Amino acid sequence: MSAAENGTNQKPPPEYAVVLDNVKKSFDEKEFVLKGIDLKIPKGSLTSIIGFSGTGKSVLLKHMLGLYRPTSGSVKILGKDLDLFDNDALTIFRCNFGVLFQSAALFDDMTVFENVCFPIEEHRRHLSKGQVEVIALEKLKMVGLDPKHNHKLPSQISGGMQKRTGLARALALDPEILIYDEPTTGLDPILTEMVDNLIVETHQARPGTTSIMVSHDLHAAFRIADFVVMLDAGKVLLSGTAEDFYKSELELVRKFVDKGIKH
Amino acid sequence: MSEGTNSVIQKISDKLDVFINSIIGVFKGFILEVGLISVFAGQSVRLLFAKPYRYVEISKHMEFIGNQSVGIITLTSIFTGLALSFQVYLGFKLVNAVDLVGPTVALGISRELGPVLTGLIVSARAGGAMAARLGTMRVNEQMDALDVMGINTKQYLIAPRIIAAVVCMPLLTALFDFMAMFGSWFLCTKLVGLDHAVFLSKIRDTVEVHHIAEGLLKSAIFGFMFAVICTYKGFNTSGGAKGVGEATNRGVVVSMVSIIILDYFLMNLIRIYYLIVGIAR
Repeated sequence: MSAAENGTNQKPPPEYAVVLDNVKKSFDEKEFVLKGIDLKIPKGSLTSIIGFSGTGKSVLLKHMLGLYRPTSGSVKILGKDLDLFDNDALTIFRCNFGVLFQSAALFDDMTVFENVCFPIEEHRRHLSKGQVEVIALEKLKMVGLDPKHNHKLPSQISGGMQKRTGLARALALDPEILIYDEPTTGLDPILTEMVDNLIVETHQARPGTTSIMVSHDLHAAFRIADFVVMLDAGKVLLSGTAEDFYKSELELVRKFVDKGIKH
Repeated sequence: MSEGTNSVIQKISDKLDVFINSIIGVFKGFILEVGLISVFAGQSVRLLFAKPYRYVEISKHMEFIGNQSVGIITLTSIFTGLALSFQVYLGFKLVNAVDLVGPTVALGISRELGPVLTGLIVSARAGGAMAARLGTMRVNEQMDALDVMGINTKQYLIAPRIIAAVVCMPLLTALFDFMAMFGSWFLCTKLVGLDHAVFLSKIRDTVEVHHIAEGLLKSAIFGFMFAVICTYKGFNTSGGAKGVGEATNRGVVVSMVSIIILDYFLMNLIRIYYLIVGIAR
């Protein structure tokens, strides 16, 4: 029965793109990097995962991508338990993700345009060359990259343009989940703002897409994210809105927030 | 026994323990490494026949391993033929058997020197480049990018390189054999004055197709081996630019040493095969 039918104004329960249930991970069976992560990321949200270095952010991200399997607990992505996939099925399932890496990770022997065409050619083999090129041009336009750079190699364009190209490539297959792995680390303030704005614009332009940003940048996290998750020592210390973080009395959160605000 | 003697014995015993443990450690490490490379090779071989077939990638790597090695193989083979022939000529002159210089060099080149030297040269040139390229892709997150794009990295990056190496190595070895024999012919007939017709007829009488095929087979195996070792080292690189350097260095060194060791065992295996099927050597 729907909310309207039963006469209440209750919202339908949110659908989750990512659900982690008591995820633990140890590489040496002695020390745990993740010590029981419970996390739910709603579909269509922009969520930022923050935390000091070495708190397990990257390991957590690799669990979401199925690059690591948890020692215990379960990881469900778009309702599918990743533990039930074998490696080949997991490889195919990863097409649901688009990832913008910290270094952009463009293939340095391909031009900007070829980098964006590559995933389309790999996964949409039924498309003609012309159709692939139309999609790639559309994605490059979406991220605001001037077409005059299309035939340059990654080494011939600036860091900001590399990020744009990386994002265009991440968008190439119209993924349901977009992941930004420390997208602004090491960038100057102007470029940082440009990348942050690009993330927000991309998220707004694609309703329904879930965006997850792993970052040290608290400013950006509070400014652009719907939800913020803070990790500490392999556990979720706090998750909620920026307001929840400002109000929190937890010492570590206060420390992080104060540092972030000063920054 | 005095306390001093006991203490000396204890020290020697401790050092002996450390020494033996380090040898066991090295041995264990070696076995583990061989095991990991074998698993990697097994996975890669399975993917050689997996769809989608990477014709473009294979041809790109064949161009790099094959075409781009032609110059260096030609140059080294001619001078190998010249030098080897001259040494054999000097030796055979002492026993008045200079007519046998041609067949001796031909057998040595086609069965041993051709495949081994081609293997060493190509593994240093192309194998090193493979390890460096894959290592760079690993540390620059390009391999992670392939993974999250839903592309099987081993199928895309490793299998085409192995196929290209296995196909190109016999071709390069055939080129090496031919050019080395050209060098030998030039030295024997133009520089030291042996008879052209005798030189050729003695080779025709001695060298058989299976001698050449033996060398080509070995070279294909060497190609498989250096491609697997170098791609394994590159694929498992860690630690930034330093790691890439180490992976390249280890890939090349392990490949070269393995080619020389494996050559000996292959030689014996082939000899046993000849005995079984009744081919006279």
